[in-house]
Amino acid sequence: MLLQGNEAVAEGALRAGCRFFAGYPITPATEISEVLSVRLPQVDGTFIQMEDEIASLGAVIGASLAGVKSMTATSGPGFSLMQENLGLAIIAEVPCVIVNVMRGGPSTGLPTFPAQSDVMQARWGTHGDHPIIVLSASTVRECFDMTIRAFNLSERFRTPVIVLIDEVVGHMREKMALDDEEEIEIFNRVKPTMPPEWYIPYEDTPSGVSPMANFGEGYRYHVTGLTHDVRGFPTSRPDEIGPFISRLHRKISSHFPEIQTAEYFQTEDAEITIVAYGCVARSAKRAVIEAREKGRKVGLLKLMTIWPFMRTAVEKVLQTSKVLIVPEMNMGQISREVKRVNRGITRVVALNKVDGTIITPMEILSRIQEVVS
Amino acid sequence: MAEVTKLIHKYLRHDKKFPHVWCPGCGIGIMLGALIRAIDRIGYEKDEIVLISGIGCSGRLPVYVDFNTLHTTHGRAITFATGVKLAKPSLKVIVIMGDGDAVAIGGNHFIHAARRNIDMTALILNNSIYGMTGGQSSPATPYGMRSTTTIYSNIEQSFNISELAVTAGAAFVGRGTVYHARLLDSLMEKAFLKQGFSVVEVISHCHTQFGRQNRLGTAVQMMEQQRDQAVTVEKAARMKPEELKEKIVIGVLVDKELPVYQDEYEKIRERAKEVMGR
Ligand SMILES: Cc1ncc(C[n+]2csc(CCOP(=O)(O)OP(=O)(O)O)c2C)c(N)n1
Ligand code: SF4
Ligand SMILES: [Mg+2]
Repeated sequence: MLLQGNEAVAEGALRAGCRFFAGYPITPATEISEVLSVRLPQVDGTFIQMEDEIASLGAVIGASLAGVKSMTATSGPGFSLMQENLGLAIIAEVPCVIVNVMRGGPSTGLPTFPAQSDVMQARWGTHGDHPIIVLSASTVRECFDMTIRAFNLSERFRTPVIVLIDEVVGHMREKMALDDEEEIEIFNRVKPTMPPEWYIPYEDTPSGVSPMANFGEGYRYHVTGLTHDVRGFPTSRPDEIGPFISRLHRKISSHFPEIQTAEYFQTEDAEITIVAYGCVARSAKRAVIEAREKGRKVGLLKLMTIWPFMRTAVEKVLQTSKVLIVPEMNMGQISREVKRVNRGITRVVALNKVDGTIITPMEILSRIQEVVS
Repeated sequence: MAEVTKLIHKYLRHDKKFPHVWCPGCGIGIMLGALIRAIDRIGYEKDEIVLISGIGCSGRLPVYVDFNTLHTTHGRAITFATGVKLAKPSLKVIVIMGDGDAVAIGGNHFIHAARRNIDMTALILNNSIYGMTGGQSSPATPYGMRSTTTIYSNIEQSFNISELAVTAGAAFVGRGTVYHARLLDSLMEKAFLKQGFSVVEVISHCHTQFGRQNRLGTAVQMMEQQRDQAVTVEKAARMKPEELKEKIVIGVLVDKELPVYQDEYEKIRERAKEVMGR
């Protein structure tokens, strides 16, 4: 089947069990809305076009609280509007998925051109200290898989998960085998099993994730964007605030191996390792193949989890390579993280491009050439 | 009195750290009473009610009652309510907003929810001011009044919130005051039972902010002003616009039958399945 990246996102969402989508049209993410407006009602789900992106994420959070897996999709300007409600989903621990098909910014920027410039916004766009899970895809198949993974992680950790793709990947058409029989692991939120009077909605657990009751299932509780105690009621007690914020972080930080995935391509003996993600990882892979043909030991670390940052994976290639090249379609949002992890172990070279065009294999190859000579 | 105690026990959250956050004499408590009485009279199960609020003094209401309760972001309560209702239509969704919440920051969501006619009730506590943040002007602050951000005088015209709801297409719109508690009870009951988007605007007083800054007296005096300013919809129909200038029109402003969003969407599902089957 020939599918577009955006269509694969929509199909992945359906396969993951998404039955509610609220969104507002924006290039280059619109196809996700269009496909789901057709597909969701076919499977007894709901699609609604809201009045803006603030409303879209609000509706998504509401639907998830009512027990339905929910998603929205947007691009830069809309993602900016979503930031306040994103924080609410984090603090109230409501699973949901937000897809950002990145385009050039700031502001209206370059609606039809790709970029990777929302990486830091995805990390820190909403105010306050918070953990976040951000995934990335560089092929159509990965758009499908990552959307499913995003739902699984959001349900598992009761947190919003962001999928960052870019205009190139979103609009690219590739062959994708979509097997209805294929076994795909689906995770659903853990619900309380105790009698309602024993339910403590935000109680700490060994994993840091509390069971989640859906509205209308007998467990009446309070959900708020205010900092709350274990029962969900607003608190101003330091002895409750501290442990709560710590738990929000711990439930993510104690599960890095489960959350983080990367692809290692010819990195074992690589003297030069490229660290890339999204559409740039495609060019990087091409560059690795061509460099190998010329006898150069080059490898690729493709980040598929962007946040929490894959420190361990990066450290591994830092130890074994003479130089790391980080090509990105922004001014250096991930290369900065790589440099921060590096602490003088080896050399880290950025390759940045912000003119609305993709970084080509040629450009990566010539950077390799520069580095070598 | 025994009746009241019974309702308190049934609906208030006793494990919530009372006392509440409101100033003594605030009208929000009266709205809470009307809400509980209306729900009790209709006989909803507590499990089927979802009470959703925005941010403000009025936004603090849901935490005290034993329903599924959701305290959202400023102005956005209706958007969350939209998601809850469409995801689980069997739930009874009630939204509580302040005047700033509903028609300043949340104005866009408010008119669009009315236009869509999704089945839910929006209760708007209109105290003519931003209470929670300390008395700044709101879109409902009347022309010529004083607030902490209009100390020289408010030069903007105010919204007539109920009329806005009528124009935006709400299926039911009622207005009451916290002085007219009985009317409030019946307006809420009607609104809850209405299929479609229903609105009850509750005119209230914020004596500590709006009242103090405009020398309108105590909570009791401000409630007496509500009594004196109120005219019923029926009486207002016979009055001239000039005569109505300082008045608060109370009662049912609109009650009409419109296609309800969820029912319409059910038809969309059927059509979508037909298309898929082809
Ligand atoms: C995005 C955002 N902006 C501003 C605020 C600060 N704020 C809290 S309540 C409020 C106004 C509330 O006024 P109203 O809606 O009339 O409710 P009241 O307190 O009068 O019941 C404001 C501006 C906020 N919480 N969030
Ligand atoms: S500030 Fe005004 S609206 Fe808020 S609780 Fe006090 S009296 Fe009521
Ligand atoms: Mg107010």
